Amino acid sequence: MKVKTRLPHLFMGAGILYFLVPLLWVVIAATKSQPDLLDSPALWFAEFNLFENVGLLFREDDGVYGRWLVNTALYSGLSAVGATALAAAAGYGLARFQFLGKRLFETALLGMIMVPATALVLPTYLILSEVELVDTMWAVILPSLLSPFGAYLIRVYVDESVPVELLDAARIDRAGELRIFWQIVVPMMRPAIVTVFLFTLVATWNNYFLPLVMLSDADLYPLTVGLTTWFNTAQQEAGTRMLFNLVVTGSLLAIVPLIVAFVLLQRFWRSGAAAGALK
Amino acid sequence: MTRSLPITAPEADDPPTPPVESRARRRARRVTARPVAGMLFVLPFFLVVVTFLVVPLGYAFWLSLSSKSLALGTRFSGLDNYVRAFTDPVLLDGLLRVVLFGLVQIPIMLGIALAGALVLDAVTTKFAMAFRLIAFMPYAVPAVVGALMWGFLYSRTFGPFADLPTLVGGDPIDFFSVSLLLVSLGNIVTWAWTGYNMIILYSALQGVPREVHEAAVIDGATPVQVALRVKVPAIKQAISLAAIFTVIGTMQFFTEPQIMARFAPQISAGYTPNLYAYNQAFAYSDFHYSAAVSFALGFLVFVVAYAFVFVNNRRRGKRA
Repeated sequence: MKVKTRLPHLFMGAGILYFLVPLLWVVIAATKSQPDLLDSPALWFAEFNLFENVGLLFREDDGVYGRWLVNTALYSGLSAVGATALAAAAGYGLARFQFLGKRLFETALLGMIMVPATALVLPTYLILSEVELVDTMWAVILPSLLSPFGAYLIRVYVDESVPVELLDAARIDRAGELRIFWQIVVPMMRPAIVTVFLFTLVATWNNYFLPLVMLSDADLYPLTVGLTTWFNTAQQEAGTRMLFNLVVTGSLLAIVPLIVAFVLLQRFWRSGAAAGALK
Repeated sequence: MTRSLPITAPEADDPPTPPVESRARRRARRVTARPVAGMLFVLPFFLVVVTFLVVPLGYAFWLSLSSKSLALGTRFSGLDNYVRAFTDPVLLDGLLRVVLFGLVQIPIMLGIALAGALVLDAVTTKFAMAFRLIAFMPYAVPAVVGALMWGFLYSRTFGPFADLPTLVGGDPIDFFSVSLLLVSLGNIVTWAWTGYNMIILYSALQGVPREVHEAAVIDGATPVQVALRVKVPAIKQAISLAAIFTVIGTMQFFTEPQIMARFAPQISAGYTPNLYAYNQAFAYSDFHYSAAVSFALGFLVFVVAYAFVFVNNRRRGKRA
């Protein structure tokens, strides 16, 4: 199909500028000292101070930034693995088994997708403070294990791509249910599992509201909460201390791991039929 | 704004052709009557759902039915908190603000996302691939960092844009002024989520059989006609889903205004309903009223979303 591409290319060029300029600003700003950040042209380099900034970043507050980075990786890694495992098992169970209450649960699952996550954060905080789990890493990880949409997505995927005959054949060969799941179903579900994993990973990495409510100990903060506390301090001190350049450099380092993960996992972005035929 | 998942499933390597059988027989053949094994697969997920969804919702509702005062201590107050919420001018203002915001921002964002998806579907140059990747990148940026970044970009001290009019003798732009604040916030959200929605719609377009457009082209349709009359109707389902997830996200609007308040002091404690619920709990320690606001907001979102899906399904007829 021949398309006149001048107009589409103009559109895409404008889009690239729009999406890229703010990211470029962060990259450029992270190379500037605090005085240069305030005085030099915003979208052009001044004296190159990136390495000094990174050094300062990891030294500020006894190296608390490094801890935030580790916390963020830990919270999002554990949450994503856990949420994906739960969603994969549940999605398979719903797609390929018959048991009492299954229809009801499937209907409820659609309802769960519609529940706004933030409406749950405050009551969850109060419940966890009853059992003295507030201000621990579990207060962030456990609520993040909930992924109804992940379970729904896996269920749809199994329905379309795991043939029953294969499972029956394995059962005739006397394979146990767990072994069938682990050795046959999981490899077949890989694209769906990767998708759910990536999205839960990003959601937890970027989450702010949940850790903001759950944590008060600065050593447990993830990057999002930690950077905002620094930024508040910088605002209060009106830039008298070296902090704005650290907030900017810290922001850059918070983005880079995810962008790298995206570029590496691009090949898993399989085109897909919309799994959204909500029934 | 928090959103969790894509609306498209990755495609199976070779999707099996559906056998021609009655639906009832097909369903019977698809499942295995090993109820215990099935239940055990679902059980861990079920436990998490009960602990972190059902119980908190129930607890929020129970909390919202009582009130605490210095004179009387904690006592049952029935639906008083809800009466207070729905007559609270601060909450109603916030609700109206979020609704207005959504009415403007969501169509703009989804419009650009759809245009981008259609362009990507028709143009397959290297440039288009670069555009696809770059447009998606903001999704990897935490909302907090995005809001901080745009806060810097909007500011006169750090940013390149506010002083642009002064080059031609105009006044600098105040992105944090009352009149521009919603536009500034809308731009942050649009920047962050347009690419994400574009990828989702693009994935849906990839699933549309090529024969359909080819037939239209043979019939003499222009590319624009093919895009608007053939492709867009084919992915209606994905578009409405993207819309509903965006609505759910917008109703929970919290992070961007909360961060932006550092730059713009006119963002009050009740700027959005979610910000209000948070501040009721953590600034004024009124957990009962906060629970009522949270629960009412959650219920509202739930009803809107569910009604939307229901109407959508009714309109499409009972499709299997």
